[in-house]
Amino acid sequence: MARFLIPLAIFIVLAIFLGIGLTLDPKHVPSPLIDKPAPAFQLPRLYEPEATISSNDFKGQVSIFNVWASWCGACRAEHPFLMKLAREKTINIYGLNYKDKSDDAKRWLVQYGGNPYKAIAYDENGRAGMDWGVYGVPETFLIDKKGMVRYKHVGPLDPGVWTNNILPLIQKLKAE
Amino acid sequence: MSVARLVSSLILLLSFTLSHAAIVAFEFEDPEKEDRFKRFSEELRCLVCQNQSLADSNAELALDLRSELYTMIKNDASDDEIVSFMVDRYGDFVLYRPPVNSATWFLWFGPFLLIFVGLFILFMVIRSVGKQQSSELSDEEQEKLNTLLNNNKDNES
Repeated sequence: MARFLIPLAIFIVLAIFLGIGLTLDPKHVPSPLIDKPAPAFQLPRLYEPEATISSNDFKGQVSIFNVWASWCGACRAEHPFLMKLAREKTINIYGLNYKDKSDDAKRWLVQYGGNPYKAIAYDENGRAGMDWGVYGVPETFLIDKKGMVRYKHVGPLDPGVWTNNILPLIQKLKAE
Repeated sequence: MSVARLVSSLILLLSFTLSHAAIVAFEFEDPEKEDRFKRFSEELRCLVCQNQSLADSNAELALDLRSELYTMIKNDASDDEIVSFMVDRYGDFVLYRPPVNSATWFLWFGPFLLIFVGLFILFMVIRSVGKQQSSELSDEEQEKLNTLLNNNKDNES
């Protein structure tokens, strides 16, 4: 009996591991920034290049920091959802315009329905994006009142991710 | 111009553009630094095209990280500084050779564990087979064997 059961058991264990492997998304690399202070930056604002925005501006409120670019196709898909969040005033949305041309970025916002951001940091050469470990735009970070990164989502935000993963965390962080 | 010459010059032209694309002008005066640059760009993963190293990838991010690496090596950054720069931003995943820690323990030592399990099973199987072979025939069986052998002899003669 054992000579049949052992290979069967090995097969089942292997199948379980491979099955788990299949359901994982290799594009989802866990961010080392979670529960660490937001990486410091000081960048010109997209609409007021003479004024700056820095990582200190996140302190004292719960906010999301959304990395986007006019050359990014998935950002177009995400944009209406960000606009909806902005209209509903759920949370402060800050933007990081990553490796973009400022004219292209402004034109893009007009073309695709408006500006959902409270302020946009203009990261022309992508150096701030590098400090934030950006590798696949759009990316969204959730930042707590102390200016700590608490969650990262890679890819476009959608209602599913929002209600299941992000919104409960926002409510928790607002209560903190 | 003969066809062969045309083909060979085309191949030459193509190989030139290919190698040119891979290099992208990171020049070092010190050959030792160049070696370090090569070594690191081959050991760090590009997160955009995950099965390519920084050296292989043509993604924008890989290019940015290569130039960051170039600056760090020019400024004599230590190995630890370079590795922690990458790991702080992108996690252990950027390292093709992951560090030994509690999460990667099974990854590093699992294969050895499996070899030992395999050797143990092999040993047990060999021992049980050996036992079966050494078992002797009963008297009855021995007699049967003798008769068979004798019959055989009779037939041959």
